[in-house]
Amino acid sequence: MTTSRLRWTVAFAAFTLILAACGGDDSETAAGGTECAVGETDGNLALYNWAEYIDPEHLDAFAAEFGIEATMTEYDSNEAMLPVVSAGNSGYDVIVPSDYMVGIMIDGGFVQPLNFDAIPNASNISDEFANPSYDPEQAYSVPYQWGYTGLAVNTAVVGTDFPRSWSIVFGDNVPAEAAGKITLLNDPRETMGAALKALGYSLNTTDQAELDEAQDLVEAAKDNLLRFDTDSADELLTSGESVIAHGYSGDMFTQFLETDDPSQWLFFVPEEGGTRWIDNMVIPFDAPHPCTAHTFINWLLDGEEGAALSNWNYYGTPNKASIDLLDEELNAFLTDPTVLPGGLDNIEEIADTGDFEINYSDALNNAKG
Amino acid sequence: MSTSAGITEPRGWTRGLLRSLSWLVFVFFYAPILVLIIFSFSDNRNVGVWGGFTTSWYADFVADEPLTGALSNSLQIAVVATLVSVVLGTMSGLALERFSFRGNRVFDALLYLPVIIPDVTMAVMLLLFFTQAAKWFGFSKGFGTIALSHIAFCISFVSIVVRARLAGMDDKLEEAAMDLYASRWQAFRHVTLPLIMPGIVGGALLAMTLSLDDVVITQFVTGAGWSTLPVYVFSLIRKGVTPLINAVSVVMLVASMALVALSLLAQRLRGEEAA
Repeated sequence: MTTSRLRWTVAFAAFTLILAACGGDDSETAAGGTECAVGETDGNLALYNWAEYIDPEHLDAFAAEFGIEATMTEYDSNEAMLPVVSAGNSGYDVIVPSDYMVGIMIDGGFVQPLNFDAIPNASNISDEFANPSYDPEQAYSVPYQWGYTGLAVNTAVVGTDFPRSWSIVFGDNVPAEAAGKITLLNDPRETMGAALKALGYSLNTTDQAELDEAQDLVEAAKDNLLRFDTDSADELLTSGESVIAHGYSGDMFTQFLETDDPSQWLFFVPEEGGTRWIDNMVIPFDAPHPCTAHTFINWLLDGEEGAALSNWNYYGTPNKASIDLLDEELNAFLTDPTVLPGGLDNIEEIADTGDFEINYSDALNNAKG
Repeated sequence: MSTSAGITEPRGWTRGLLRSLSWLVFVFFYAPILVLIIFSFSDNRNVGVWGGFTTSWYADFVADEPLTGALSNSLQIAVVATLVSVVLGTMSGLALERFSFRGNRVFDALLYLPVIIPDVTMAVMLLLFFTQAAKWFGFSKGFGTIALSHIAFCISFVSIVVRARLAGMDDKLEEAAMDLYASRWQAFRHVTLPLIMPGIVGGALLAMTLSLDDVVITQFVTGAGWSTLPVYVFSLIRKGVTPLINAVSVVMLVASMALVALSLLAQRLRGEEAA
């Protein structure tokens, strides 16, 4: 039901975009960003964000510091957020889209260029998050939080003596104890992306032959699978039903900490490479209070505020001034070299492939049979 | 026309089969609710893993500001949407059932539109409408736009339920009242209204439930600071589902059951009064 709902939403998002493109040229934005001074506010802040992504008290602290009011409204998917913002007059000042969605919103003209004179704390952004593929000039977005997609393993069952490679789910190196106890994400881009990486291709490929090869790989791996599962991959692992789980770092990490012995679990991105997702702060093209928006972005990029954000939601911080201020457990996880045995070179963000997206969905459906 | 006297009750194995099928349907409906209630008291972050009895999820719910805020938003919207749509829906139901006028059929067909078109279509239409309206009249989206949208789709449902009740009512009762010198208003107030009251109450309950439930339309027409409970709960799923969501659902369930019980009680009391 969720899938069909999502499909509808996406279809109508596209429909709205067309309408907005046809009729909505009367909303001009000053090129080069709004003129705002550092710390200037021009009204209350309306934040449009994922649920539980910032502590309400943290947001109140911002409001109190600048003598304004701040409200947050929640959305459940990038696809649900897009039509609301792209139609115009959404009333929001700052929104938090994921990587590929930033690219779509820039192309559609739904976000305004940032005025970095009003965001001096942008210098705190770690180099590895500067100029991302979806916003190569870093003109429209700054990173908010991030995480990896990789494999989580129950080392109490399979030990630690296995290659840090996708071949433990897709190839000949599946540990005997893990046979039939592996879960893969039920997500076309993530799961086909993992298989593409295992084969040494880009996870954003638009080459059908490469995708076909990946489809065969996923299909062949089915014998060793418990099932395809996104929502409860972390719970299946820690409850012992699965032994190796394909999943998101933040979910896995918080789940590990819930167990009696967190050291029993291992999360890593296989050396062939994997996905990194980055959520970003952007300002809609017709934000009612652009200066407040700039001030909020600058405030959150401060080292202490960035650390407070991550210490509350337990996702990765893109802020190099925040790293040393993180909770010990979180810091250890984020700076652990064994999480990324292949280094950053093979890490990719999922990019929008336009019309080719449907081929990814088809490939996963065909592989599932 | 057949009367129930002419139909014989099924016997033998047919009866047994029908009975067990009915029970299966009941189990299918109510077992998940039972599981939901049980796990709302589970002392484990994972939904579906029993970790001993606790009421801490209910305490979390009460202490969770965004969640209680969203609940309060939902209730305010539901109350306003129900009251307005019940009045308008009943009026349109009466007009369509009692009178024939120019455009009668067109109005009738238009009224069914919100019932048959997909939610998401209506959501996009309303989004575009409010976006333009906001541009021209300079208001911001929020309580007003959500309430108006909910009223828009609730009217149809109320009117359908009320018309069903009216169709089963004999016109002659009203005519008789007017023969006995009741004014139009008196006839409506003392004859028609009490007779269609169960329909109105049913329509109101339906409207309230639809308003409290709606996700798709609401998330398109909402504005800054106006998250409703179902929209908020949906957006929580990205961070994983905890028994907190069970606790929220149980509270909603108990509240709506209390509402139904209350309306049944009110009708029974009125029935005794009349007798």
